[in-house]
Order: sequence, then C-alpha cells, then structure tokens
Amino acid sequence: MLNWLNDNGPLLFLALLDGTVTAFVLALIALGLSLVFGVMRIVNVAHGELFMLGAVISWFAFDFTSDPLLGFFVALIFAPLIVGSISIFSERIVLRKINYHPESTIVATIGLLYVIQQLTLMYFGPEARPVDAPFYFRIQFPWFGYSGYKLIVAGMSAIFLLGVWFLMKLSKLGLYMRATQQDIEIAKTFGVATDKIYASVFALGGGLAAIAGVLIVPIRQADYLMGLDPLLLSFIVVIIGGLGSIRGTIVAAFIIGISDGIISVFYEPTLAKMLATSLVAMVLVFKPTGLFGEVQA
Amino acid sequence: MRKKSLFYSLMLHGGILIILFLLQFILPAYHHSSVSKIMILASYAIGYNFLLGYTGLMSLGHAMFFSAGMYSMGLGIYYLDLSPMNGLIFSFLFSILVSMIFGSFALRTSGVSFLIVTLMFGQTFYLSILYFSEFTFGHDGFSLGKYLEPLFIFGKEYLFSDPGIRYNFALLLLLIYVLITTFIMLSPLGRILIAIRENESRTQLLGYNVFYYKFFALVVSGTFSGVAGAMHGLLFSYIGTTFAEIHHSISPLLWTLLGGVGTLMGPLLGTGIMYYLIDFISEITKNYLLIVGLVLILMIIWFPMGIMGTVRKKWFKWLP
Repeated sequence: MLNWLNDNGPLLFLALLDGTVTAFVLALIALGLSLVFGVMRIVNVAHGELFMLGAVISWFAFDFTSDPLLGFFVALIFAPLIVGSISIFSERIVLRKINYHPESTIVATIGLLYVIQQLTLMYFGPEARPVDAPFYFRIQFPWFGYSGYKLIVAGMSAIFLLGVWFLMKLSKLGLYMRATQQDIEIAKTFGVATDKIYASVFALGGGLAAIAGVLIVPIRQADYLMGLDPLLLSFIVVIIGGLGSIRGTIVAAFIIGISDGIISVFYEPTLAKMLATSLVAMVLVFKPTGLFGEVQA
Repeated sequence: MRKKSLFYSLMLHGGILIILFLLQFILPAYHHSSVSKIMILASYAIGYNFLLGYTGLMSLGHAMFFSAGMYSMGLGIYYLDLSPMNGLIFSFLFSILVSMIFGSFALRTSGVSFLIVTLMFGQTFYLSILYFSEFTFGHDGFSLGKYLEPLFIFGKEYLFSDPGIRYNFALLLLLIYVLITTFIMLSPLGRILIAIRENESRTQLLGYNVFYYKFFALVVSGTFSGVAGAMHGLLFSYIGTTFAEIHHSISPLLWTLLGGVGTLMGPLLGTGIMYYLIDFISEITKNYLLIVGLVLILMIIWFPMGIMGTVRKKWFKWLP
C-alpha cells in the first residue's frame, strides 16, 4: 500500500484535484436540471445544449472583446441572460403547449436538443474553438504545476452554488418555488403565480448550465457537440442524489466527479462512464428515490 | 362490423405489401436500394411500436437491441465462422436473451424512470462496445462482405449484396413482422396489452399479472429490433457503433410518432417519409438533424397521434 502510494501518490493527487474541479462544475449543471425536475416535474433533455450555448457565447464574447478578462466577465453576465431568455421562450412556445406532460416533454426537449445543436453548428461551425483563460498562473506542487484557473473555476462554482442555496432558502422567489414544488394546487390557492414560477425556474436552470459552460470553456474548448456528456453525467448525478433534492445533487456531484476523475486517470474514461451509467440504471430500478433522496409524496 | 373491418385491413395491408413487392420491378436502382433500407428500418420501427404503441411503454434504448442483434450476428460470423443463416438464428436467440435481462430490470420502473433507465442501459451498451474495442473493432466497425457465404436459391448462387436479394429479404422481414403483430393483436393477448396501455391499474385489478404481459411485449419488441439489426448488418454488410448511439434509439421513436403510434402501417409510413425527407434535405444542407428536431417538436405539440392515428380517428375507424 505504502509503496503503491509512493509510486502513484502524485497521480492520485492530480486525479483528486481534477475530480474536485469537475465535481463543482457538474454540481452547477446538475443543480439546474434538479431544480427544473423538482419544481416542474419534467426532465429537460436539452439541458446539456444550454451548457454548450454558454460555452459558445463565451467564445463569441472573447472574440468580440479580444481580451480574456473582459470577455470572461461579459460572458458571465450575458450568457445566463441569453440562455435564460431562450429557456423562457421555449418554455412558452413548447412546454406550455403540451401541458408539461412528462413523457411528451422528453420528446419535445429531444427535439429542442437537435434544434439548438444544429443551429449552433450552422452559425458557429463544426470545429472546436479555444478561449483563453482570464487568469493565468500556475500553482507549484512538489510533483507538478497545476493551473490556477481550474481552482478559480471551483471557487466560483462554489459561490454560485451558495447563491442558489440562499435564493431557495431565503428569498421570496425561493419560497414560492418551494411552495410550488411541494403542492402546486395549494400554492395556486395562496396566490402564487405558478406559471411565472415555472418560467423562472426553467430560466434559472438554463442560466446555471450556461454559467457552467462559461466557466469550463477555457479548460476545454467550445464545440457544438459538447453538451451530451454533461447531460448524461448530470442525469446520473440528479438521479443518484435523489430527484429534486439540492443537497443530494451536490453530494452526488462530488461522488461522481471525483470517482470519474480517479477511474479516468487510472483506467479509462470509457470505463468510468460505463460504470456510472449502469450504476444509475440500477439505482433507478432498485432505489427510485435516489441514494440521498427524501421520500416524496 | 368486426368482420368487415378485418376484411378492410386485410385488403389494405395485403395491398401495401403487394405494391411493395411489385415496386421492385419498376424502381430505378437508387430508389430500389432506398426502399430496401426503409423496409428494414420500418421493421425496426414496428418492433419499437410494439412496445410504445400497443403497451404504452416509451423506450429510449432500443438502439441497444438493434445493435445487439447486429453485433451478435456479425461477431458470430466473424469469430465462430457461422453461416449467414446460423448467424441470424444466433442473433435471434441473443436478442431474446438481452431483452429478457433488460426487461427484468427496466420493467420495475415506469413512466419517466423507465425512459431514463432505458436511456442509461442503451448508453452502457454503447460504451461497452467501445470499451471492448479489441473484440468489437470499436469506432471503426467492420465490414462483413468477405466473410459471408453466398446463398443458394434454386441452385443459383446469390450474394447478400445483390439488390434483388436485399429487397426481397427486407420485404420478407417486414411481412413476417406485420403478420406476427397482426396475429398477436387480434388474439386475446393483444387485447390485454392494449388494456394495459389504456389503464394499467384497472387491468391489474381484473386479475391479470401486468408484469408478465409487459415483459412479453418487451421481449417481442426487443427481439424484433434485434433481428432487424442483424438483417441490416447482413444485407448492408457493415457493423458499426453508429447503430448503438442514442440517435439510433430516438429515430424509431420519431418514425413511430410521425406515422402514428399504435397503428400497424404507421411505422412504415413514418420511416418512409423521414427517410426521403432527410435524403432530400441533406442535398441542400448537412444540418438535417435540425429538421428532425423541428418535426419532433411540431409532432408532439399539434399532431400527437401521427398520420395514421389522425386518419383513423377522422375517417377510417377500422384501421388497425
């Protein structure tokens, strides 16, 4: 054991670091999906594409300002706004029409996935495009240097996660959202404008995915197909964490993110994904409330 | 009334199949091969529709069955030197096995969970084909052409890539699927399946073990899809991971929705329309998936019963 640690210690440390960064970003994406599922009881299959849009908008902001730092902050403000508006728009013209019927919503959002993805392909192109990191410095560990920007990504994700938590627990909007989640009929009777709550939850979910996209794009480039993997991973996280539970989602993001990091470094990324997808299927089959989910009526 | 509707539907389906048979003599080569492909894919969609249309279970993992059939046939021929016919039988048995294993897990869930479980199983299967790429040839796939023994029909030698063989094998598969589906749906068993679609808890209350019937439907559906996959591999002699991707699970859903969920000819119609639509659009732009997305959204909002479903509701009540 000690020998093994001596040989592989640095590698393990690297895997843990990378896994933690992944976990934070993943938590952000999955939280968006989880909020939408929790309040609206629908699964948004186009969620990964909203993440991709965030990354693509970030590239445009970088290209437009040609200054990494300025572009980063422009993107951080505009990406959630634009993606949020797109979310509200599609919620109005598609989801409302089918009355949020769970299975129809899945089909409709698959359609949305293709539409967003292909429009991006038409206007952005098939190639992956890099974006410079707004901050560039390295942190020197005894064995290797590590990109400081990655740690900033983790930190900023943590701030946004806390922000959402405060929003849900302390603000009026959060109260309305939780009320709608618990019982939509009673919330309506108490005068909560549930259709506006639906729209804002959907926009919030999309905005979180977009922010994650902006944060991640300097680490990995922007391309029109980047939405699928985060989508599947956040499905996995949301399901393992218990559908609709914020705390569970964040805990599960760490389990999945870190174990993904370790298995990917020591074995193969494909194996990590394989294990995760089969694990999630098994969780849904044998413990539908998720590993950390509270039983919901 | 019942007899009359049976007669009409017999005429209609017999007519369609006869037209398909006759078409091969007049179609130009390009459309000849397109129609062969459509018939194979439509058989896959009929398998899909057996689960969605008649039992009401929506799956996002049917590419797993399709590729399981395809790979078991292909790898069986490649590694075990099976003859093409034995390869088909092997893939038939393998598809049953995969459907049974899959069904015994996935059917414990329902609704949205079922969708996601099927999606995840499908993805796991796809990833395992990639992971064991030394055995399955991974992303590149492989061509079966030179491993296939030729067929002997009436003393004459035919290759599987022969257009006539392709067309008639595809038609034969379609015919078998239509016959089996009709036969099951007209039997009491079919009635129970439809009862489950309409009201699961009431069917249960009437004393039927819903699980077994759903299991049966899933195994039939998975086996149909698997054998369709094996046929596709055999006739177009290419085995590849594209047939295991999520897109390939969504396609039969799209075809079935477009043609009409729970109708016998809907999948064929939907497949044909989408095939030619995509064929036509891809001459103009590469972004045909945009159209796929738009069709999905428009269908689900304004046209949830599909073409045949709407026709049945408005004009011809007897349509199966």
